[in-house]
Amino acid sequence: MKKLSARRRHPLAALVVLLLALACTGGLYAVFAPADKAQADETAQSLAIEEGKKLYAVGCASCHGTGGQGTTDGPSLVGVGAAAVDFQVGTGRMPAQQPGAQVPRKKVIYSQAEIDQLAAYVASLGAGPAVPSEEKYGPEGADIAKGGELFRTNCAQCHNFTGKGGALTHGKYAPTLEDVDPKHIYQAMQTGPQNMPSFPDTTLSEQNKKDIIAYLNAVNGEETESPGGLSLGGLGPVTEGLFGWIFGLGACIAVAVWVAARTAKAKKS
Amino acid sequence: MSTTANTDSRSRGKAPAGERVADWADGRLGIYSLAKANMRKIFPDHWSFMLGEICLYSFIIIILTGVYLTLFFHPSMNEVEYHGSYVPMQGQLMSEAYKSTLDISFDVRGGLLIRQIHHWAAIIFLAGMFVHMMRVFFTGAFRKPREINWLFGFLLFVLGMFTGFTGYSLPDDLLSGTGVRFTQGAILSVPIVGTYISMFLFGGEFPGDDFVARFYSIHILLLPGIMLGLVVGHLILVFYHKHTQFAGPGRTNKNVVGMPLLPVYMAKAGGFFFLVFGVIALVAGIATVNPIWALGPYRADQVSTGAQPDWYMGFAEGLVRAMPGWEINLWGHTLVLGVFIPLVIFGLFLALIAVYPFIESWVTGDKREHHILDRPRNAPTRTAFGVAWITAYMIMLIGGGNDIVATHFHLSINAVTWFVRIGFFAGPVIAFIVTKRICLGLQRRDKDKVLHGRESGIIKRLPHGEFIEVHEPLSQEHMYTLTAHEQYKPAEIGPTVDENGVERKAKSSEKLRAKLSNAYYGEGNQIPKPTVEEYREITSGHGHH
Repeated sequence: MKKLSARRRHPLAALVVLLLALACTGGLYAVFAPADKAQADETAQSLAIEEGKKLYAVGCASCHGTGGQGTTDGPSLVGVGAAAVDFQVGTGRMPAQQPGAQVPRKKVIYSQAEIDQLAAYVASLGAGPAVPSEEKYGPEGADIAKGGELFRTNCAQCHNFTGKGGALTHGKYAPTLEDVDPKHIYQAMQTGPQNMPSFPDTTLSEQNKKDIIAYLNAVNGEETESPGGLSLGGLGPVTEGLFGWIFGLGACIAVAVWVAARTAKAKKS
Repeated sequence: MSTTANTDSRSRGKAPAGERVADWADGRLGIYSLAKANMRKIFPDHWSFMLGEICLYSFIIIILTGVYLTLFFHPSMNEVEYHGSYVPMQGQLMSEAYKSTLDISFDVRGGLLIRQIHHWAAIIFLAGMFVHMMRVFFTGAFRKPREINWLFGFLLFVLGMFTGFTGYSLPDDLLSGTGVRFTQGAILSVPIVGTYISMFLFGGEFPGDDFVARFYSIHILLLPGIMLGLVVGHLILVFYHKHTQFAGPGRTNKNVVGMPLLPVYMAKAGGFFFLVFGVIALVAGIATVNPIWALGPYRADQVSTGAQPDWYMGFAEGLVRAMPGWEINLWGHTLVLGVFIPLVIFGLFLALIAVYPFIESWVTGDKREHHILDRPRNAPTRTAFGVAWITAYMIMLIGGGNDIVATHFHLSINAVTWFVRIGFFAGPVIAFIVTKRICLGLQRRDKDKVLHGRESGIIKRLPHGEFIEVHEPLSQEHMYTLTAHEQYKPAEIGPTVDENGVERKAKSSEKLRAKLSNAYYGEGNQIPKPTVEEYREITSGHGHH
């Protein structure tokens, strides 16, 4: 201490103190100042909302109302969340082509960037489920067999055993789950689009959803093998019966006609 | 006799081994006389006479593959955890029946192929019986003396339906379990006894842990045993009655024109067995049937959409799906008409086709034997009835698959159901009228062909400018074939006054019969076939055009 006090009149002492003070303030500023990046994010977010609002005004407002409040032609979008937008627009269901029993899946007409902007705008109207990150619906850590059990308990009554789809009343239907992006399946469970009930995390936990997606991928995915040969649509006895009648019995009868035509008598004449 | 044969063979040296074996067997079984009587049995040639063979062979294939399956199937509902080679079922709890079916499909050598052959053969067996039965129906082959054989065949079809149903239920998968639940619902809908039968059948509340074992003995022992007996009886009667044949020159009610059983038909039938086996094995190798691994084990709290029975139970499913859900509550008891009425119609509808031969013979009053087949057009009312029956059946099949029809043709399931409801009543009527018109049209055409010959397509110009089409007269054989059928006269109510002049009241059954008979054979319900006089007059040159 003595050493330090002895040198306090050193000509360079002022410089050292200044440097220390600068380092301190700089450090404190770095720690306490509002993050630059976050600020940039916020601007991007508000920009996305801004852009989304414009897209919304062109493509969605005629049915869902100018502020997403809903009209007689379309439900309110307040609180549906980004996941609902990502699902509906990302599968081409929205914007709807025409009113009807159910809006079908069709060609997607917005780019993913535009969909994100729309989602940001709709999410800004009220809190709702966000677009899930990839680890939520990815195959890692999923229990396929458990997913199958959950699927048969919660989904099969409308979507069939392996998700081939089924009929609902008055022209409505549960669509096939073949070639559906796992993200969209996750979002559908979260948000319950159209005639589907929603399965929030309190009903089906995140792990449950992951299991179900993994099961679907195992039994109705692109790389699913069909050990018995042609799957005949996976629709059960109706197509099997049709196939049995036409190709099974049909072939047997064709053979019978062939055998009957080839007799000793036929050779003689 | 054997001693003489022995001395004979000794004097000529040793007889060939085949002959000695045959001799040995004849001395004990009497096969020579049996063979002598039956080896030269004649069978007429027509592809439609081989439909029954398709059924017989697929039945044999079902038995053969079924025996293989019993070696690996465990008819038990004990709960076990799965650790076989099918990944999406790992660690799932399931009944031993379902697990052993998974094992047959994935771990038993050839198991899946045999399972698929068994199931496809069952589908084809039932379809074959349906078509065979319709062939017999439309050609009138059920007439005396074959009514009993018709009933045997009908019973085989019905028993086949239930054998198929019990077999389909054995794997205890989610689809078949739903079907068993459906059946239990139908049983419960029967007034008074329904609950008792259900409790008895399932050993308590559904599903219990008994039904797989019970269905197993019904499926592999009871029903196939009865069916095997009926098949043998069916074949013995075919031999005894001799086969029917279509009309033609040289063919009468007293002979059969065709090829002998040995060697021609034995070779053909034997070859045909392998062809049918080949077709079924090919189908089983190409297409999946009942992929139980994708369906999951049965649990009473789970269900899937698109749950249908195999096709032969489809019309029963359709009846229930089309029926409005009516029910009556009386003194604390519920009468579920929405299920009970379809159950009753199911029985009556099948019985209708079974008793038809007896109705027809009562209407015609014909007690003679018939070995010559009718062409469907020459029995318009019968043909129209058959087509009406098939129409109702097919409409109910559509009803059974109403959800699949709705999703794949982009229709509303309610619209499909209403179509089925209306179609079940209107369809048969329309089909009846249309078929009858078509038959009468074809009869007229036959008459024209006999009287005026075949249209040759050659246009001739006469010297005075008139154009005529040249008609070529038919050959004698062809004309015989077209006119060989006999035509009934409508029955009349006998004299209402007896020989003493006392008035007699015609019984209502007599009146009904006369009415029906008129509908069958009255004016406008059949075209009188050309007579010799008509033919002579036209061919003599007068009035020929």
